[in-house]
Amino acid sequence: MSTAARLRRRTLLGGGAAVTAALLAGCGADAPAGSDNAAGSATPKRGGRLRVAFAGGGAAESLDPHLANLFNEASRAKAIFDKLADYGPDVSIQPRLALSWEPNADLTRWRVPLREATFHDGRPVRAADVLASYARITDPDRAFRAKASLSLIDLRASRAVDDRTVEFALTRPFAEFGNVLAAFGAYIVPEGSESFDQPIGSGPFTVSSFTPGTSLLLARYPDYWDGAAHLDELEYVIANEESARVNALLAGQVEYAHDISPTTARSYAADDRIAITRMANSGLQGFTMKLDRPPFDNRDLREAMFLLTDRQQLVETVLSGSGQVGNDLFGKGYQYYADDIPQREPDLDRARSLIDRAGASGLRIPLDTAPVAAGFVEAASVFADQARAVGLNVEPVQRNKDTYWREVLDNGVMACFRSGAMPIETHISQRLLSTSTTNATKWMRPEFDDLYATAVSSADEAGRRQAYGEMQRMLHAEGGLLVWGFADFLVATAPQVGGVSAEAPANTLDWARFDKVWLA
Amino acid sequence: MSLARYTVRRLLLGVGQVAGITTIVFVLTEALPGDAAVVIAGDQPDPERIALIREQLDLDQPPWQRYLDWLAGLLHGDFGVSLISQRPVLDMIVGSAAATVLLAGATLLVLVPLAIGLGMLAAWREGGRLDRAISAVAVGLYAVPEFALAILLVAVFGVQLGWFPPTAVGTGPNLLAQPAVLVLPLLVLLARPICSLSRLTRAGMVDALRSEYVAHARRLGLGAGRRWLAHALPTAAAPVVQQLARTTDWLLGGVIVVEAVFVIPGLGTALVDAVAARDVPTVQGLCVIVAVTTVVVNLVADLVAFRLAPRTAGAR
Repeated sequence: MSTAARLRRRTLLGGGAAVTAALLAGCGADAPAGSDNAAGSATPKRGGRLRVAFAGGGAAESLDPHLANLFNEASRAKAIFDKLADYGPDVSIQPRLALSWEPNADLTRWRVPLREATFHDGRPVRAADVLASYARITDPDRAFRAKASLSLIDLRASRAVDDRTVEFALTRPFAEFGNVLAAFGAYIVPEGSESFDQPIGSGPFTVSSFTPGTSLLLARYPDYWDGAAHLDELEYVIANEESARVNALLAGQVEYAHDISPTTARSYAADDRIAITRMANSGLQGFTMKLDRPPFDNRDLREAMFLLTDRQQLVETVLSGSGQVGNDLFGKGYQYYADDIPQREPDLDRARSLIDRAGASGLRIPLDTAPVAAGFVEAASVFADQARAVGLNVEPVQRNKDTYWREVLDNGVMACFRSGAMPIETHISQRLLSTSTTNATKWMRPEFDDLYATAVSSADEAGRRQAYGEMQRMLHAEGGLLVWGFADFLVATAPQVGGVSAEAPANTLDWARFDKVWLA
Repeated sequence: MSLARYTVRRLLLGVGQVAGITTIVFVLTEALPGDAAVVIAGDQPDPERIALIREQLDLDQPPWQRYLDWLAGLLHGDFGVSLISQRPVLDMIVGSAAATVLLAGATLLVLVPLAIGLGMLAAWREGGRLDRAISAVAVGLYAVPEFALAILLVAVFGVQLGWFPPTAVGTGPNLLAQPAVLVLPLLVLLARPICSLSRLTRAGMVDALRSEYVAHARRLGLGAGRRWLAHALPTAAAPVVQQLARTTDWLLGGVIVVEAVFVIPGLGTALVDAVAARDVPTVQGLCVIVAVTTVVVNLVADLVAFRLAPRTAGAR
């Protein structure tokens, strides 16, 4: 398997597995012994160096948290820095450096008191640092990933009320302001930070040494506001091949291997040198259908696609059973997910009659795919078989893996798709509004846009929940995103590692978080 | 032709080759779909953001402009900065070269005496059981692809038996700090060149020993040792040295498979990463380094061969 395929797998997901040992995430410093894989010791123990292996970005990787893009960069960023808020296990927003966020009556000004925290050089984290960090991210001449998420903050009208209180002014009313504070990459750095060779943050670990593409050594920051880490030291090493990460773990060269395939998990299920943690609901797996062009501008044909899909078979074959079936909606198990909508079941007869009604029998449909995420190519071929059974000629087309996402955004009619964890509001605003810049299904409905606008400009929580439910019913009935499954995310650890949370979809706070991990 | 004139001619040719290679690499990288901006944007391909990244990286400039800027920088010894990390390309190359150079050096150090020794041993017992055994093993081993051998060695000696570390993770750029990590990669790197070099040595020795001048030396009463080492070996070594140059190129090219399997952050890994990221300045820089090394190594090999066997070089 090509190194590059794994390397450039940006930000999100891999494959996944069956069900889990659950237990608590443990946010607080005094979290009860929980969240731990079967073999780990239940009592946290202080000390030791944990070595963790990730796929990486090679010699070009950076410790600038605003540039974080890859899994290992995201994990490092949270070891060294903090955000004002972050995603909890159900992707609701949990306070971090912010103690809370309180709006004014029309939701255009938000007051955010900061907790008492210090940077690694002893300076306090001040409102000025927060404003400077956000100014850096939204600098019009730069292109940091979180820029779009923070763009509704009017920084010139925002101010530091005092050292520990920020007042943010927004360009429009926005009820889900917490989502902005938790945005991917919105880390707080000390005012004036520009060089990140030896970065200073307020996170649980300080930087000892860094060799890009090879190793990053961190040490416990004893004064961390959320309680000092159990570990003395944490070392990140880079191994792009999954087999290399597993081999290093088996041979005792590392104690934690990130992103493991379901096949590996099964091979070593009975091996006491390895413990597997499965993080459910980590990765959406699906297909996009473009609504603004034939053939999927036909609603009957879209419904036929939803009905012909054997989701269980896709989960069994593509994810090797490490996942759950999807219901054509993003965010299973997340806050505001419409779990009252009945699960779609295969109905081939109805699919055939819808295809006839659409005059699409025997139709040739190209399905774009690329080895850009685990299971993509396999999913396309399994789905092509399923479609053939009802008389559709779905033809997988291999695209270039490095530029796949850009290519399928505007071109083609159908493509393999996946997404990592984010709040449902963020998913909608980034991908499903008429104005969304990454709207891969070309779902453009003024009434949907209105519903969204109403939801996020209202302080009424129950009304918002209802609006999200309504939007999801629209998407489920006639949207262009066919979600067939949710992959578990798998990590492997040595038996003496405790505190790895299973209740943490990839990209949430407790995923790949090492201040709560210990070595027994 | 004199050695000096030959050297100058080869050097000029080498400069032309390097210039040609960098141009071709630039054109090919341009021809790849997408650019660094698209790759950086990844799964968030917001067109506005891509346009902005492109502008910052000067990717909105026409290709010939960027190529000329790059060439101008190169003439001042400036390799430019990486599009991805914004760090100087030269720093990145120096950082990743350490592991590759060490690996290549250690391989050559073991390879040369072992391969020549085996070749001479086979020639000494030409047609005998030892010769046939060495030849059979050499041909068989040569047929095993590196990645298969690497995976096999890792599975058996790294993971099963635990004799050697299966990867070099956590060792840092200085692999010598933990020499045990070198063992398995070295075995893989040695496997094929040892076969080709020992076969060449054997063939060269067999030919040389049958030649008229060695027969003459024998008639003059020179001992077997001197006949072999002072007369036959230099002639036999000429093609071996040239093959050795090609092996060195191959080693410096990073031996991507070995670096990937054993997680050695060398030039091969850097090149693969840079191509995947469309990091053109880094790709260019790496190509210049590899091209220059190749030209120089081959030049040296040709000069050595010229000295060892003037008749072959004279025939050019």
